[in-house]
Amino acid sequence: MGLTAEPWLRLEALGLTENGVRIVEDISLKVSRGRTLILGPNGAGKSTLLRLMHGLLRPSAGRVAWPMALTQAMVFQRPVMLRATALANIEYGLKLRGIPAEARRRRALAALARVGLPELASRQARRCSGGEQQRIALARAWALEPQVLFLDEPTASLDPHSSREVERIIREIAEAGTRIVMTTHNLGQARRLADEVIYLEEGRVLEQTAVDEFFRQPRTAAATAFIRDGR
Amino acid sequence: MSDISGSLALAFALVAGGEERLAAIVLLSLKVSLGATLIACALGMPLGALLSVGRFPGRRALIVLFNGLMGLPPVVVGLLVYLLLSRAGPLGQFGLLFTPTAMVVAQTVLVTPIIAALTRQVIDDEWREYREQLRSLGASRPRAARTLLWNARFSLTTTALAGFGRAIAEVGAVMIVGGNIDGVTRVMTTTIALETSKGDLPLALALGVILIAVVLTINAGAYLVRQWAERRWG
Repeated sequence: MGLTAEPWLRLEALGLTENGVRIVEDISLKVSRGRTLILGPNGAGKSTLLRLMHGLLRPSAGRVAWPMALTQAMVFQRPVMLRATALANIEYGLKLRGIPAEARRRRALAALARVGLPELASRQARRCSGGEQQRIALARAWALEPQVLFLDEPTASLDPHSSREVERIIREIAEAGTRIVMTTHNLGQARRLADEVIYLEEGRVLEQTAVDEFFRQPRTAAATAFIRDGR
Repeated sequence: MSDISGSLALAFALVAGGEERLAAIVLLSLKVSLGATLIACALGMPLGALLSVGRFPGRRALIVLFNGLMGLPPVVVGLLVYLLLSRAGPLGQFGLLFTPTAMVVAQTVLVTPIIAALTRQVIDDEWREYREQLRSLGASRPRAARTLLWNARFSLTTTALAGFGRAIAEVGAVMIVGGNIDGVTRVMTTTIALETSKGDLPLALALGVILIAVVLTINAGAYLVRQWAERRWG
C-alpha cells in the first residue's frame, strides 16, 4: 500500500484511565498501511491500545473510528483454547458467524493446513504444546478471513522455532490481504514484519514512522534509546 | 458399645438379606434426590452462568440472594412447599401433598440455589480466562454462558454432586411434604429418624450405612470421571 492509501482506522484523542491511572493518553493517529507494528517497552500501554482498537476496552476519552466497516479478529499473547479438539476450536468462531456445518469444517481444515498443523485436527487443543496452540489460535483467526487482524505479542511466550513459524504465518496472512496490527517488544520482529512502526511510551505515541526510517533515524530520543538498548 | 456393634451386625444382615422393604426405601430416596438434582441442574446451571457472564440490573442482588439461599434450612423449605401444595394452597388442586412428586419439588427448591451459586463461581473462573477471546470471536453473553457451561462440564459434575449430597442427606423437607408414609413416601432419612425415635436401631443403622455407602460411591465415581476427563481434555 502506498503513501496515498486511505486510512482505514482513525484514533481521535483516545485515552483510557483506570482507577485514576492513565494507561493510554491522548492518542490521535491514522492507520493506512498493511502491516503496522506497535513497539515500546513493557508497560507502555501497547496491549491496551490494541484492545481499544479491537473494541475489547471502552475508551474513557476520545474514540476509535472505522471509516469503512472491516471485519476483525484478534490473537492473544496466550492462546485460549476451549476443551475441545483443535478443529472444533477453529470451527467455533465460524459457528458464531453462522457458517453452515459443511463450509465450517472445510474452512477450519484449510486453516489448520495453512498453519502447518493438519495432523492436529482431532487432537485436544489444550493438550497441544504452547507453540501449537498459538498456531491453532492463528488458524482460528485466519479461518474467519478477517480484513483486520490484531496480534498481541503473539510470540512472547514461544520458543525460537515456534516464533519463526508464527512470523511466517503472520506474513502469509498479510500477503493474502489482511491488514495487520501487532504489538511486540522484539525489534528484529518489527523490522522483519512491519511497514510502519508506532512507538509508544508511557501511554503516549511518540512517533509513527515507516519502518526503514524508524530504524535508520528515529525522530525521538526515547525511540533512539529503545533501539540502541534492544540491540 | 455392644448396642452399636449388635445393631451394626443386624444392619449388615438386613442389607445382605436384600429385604424388599429396605430396597424400596433406598430406591425411592435415590429417585427423589436424583430427580430433584437433575431439575435443579437444568434450572440452576444456566442461571448461575448468566449470573456470572450477564450484565443486567439486579445481578449483584441476585448473586447475594443465591449465596444466601445456599444455607436454606430444609424444614423451612418443607413448610413453604407444604403451604403451596396443601389443599388450601395455590397449587392445592393438584393433590400433590404427601406424594414423591412433592418431595422432588421441595428438594428442587432446596438444591437449585446451591447449584446456581456454585455454578456461578465455576463460570466466574472460566469467564476470567475466556472473556476476551469469546468477545473477540463475537460471542454474545448468553452464547458465552452456554459455551462456558459446556467447557466447564467436568468441574460442574462436582457442583451437581454437592447438590445431590444436600438432597439425599436432608430430612426436614421430605418429612414435611412427604409425610413419611410407609411404602409411599418413606425414604432413608425419614426412616432413620422414625426408627431411631421408636428405638429400632438396626433398621436405622442399616439405612445409615447404606446412605453413607451411596454417597461415597457416587462421589468416588465422579472423582474418577473427572480425573479421566482432565487427562483427556486438559
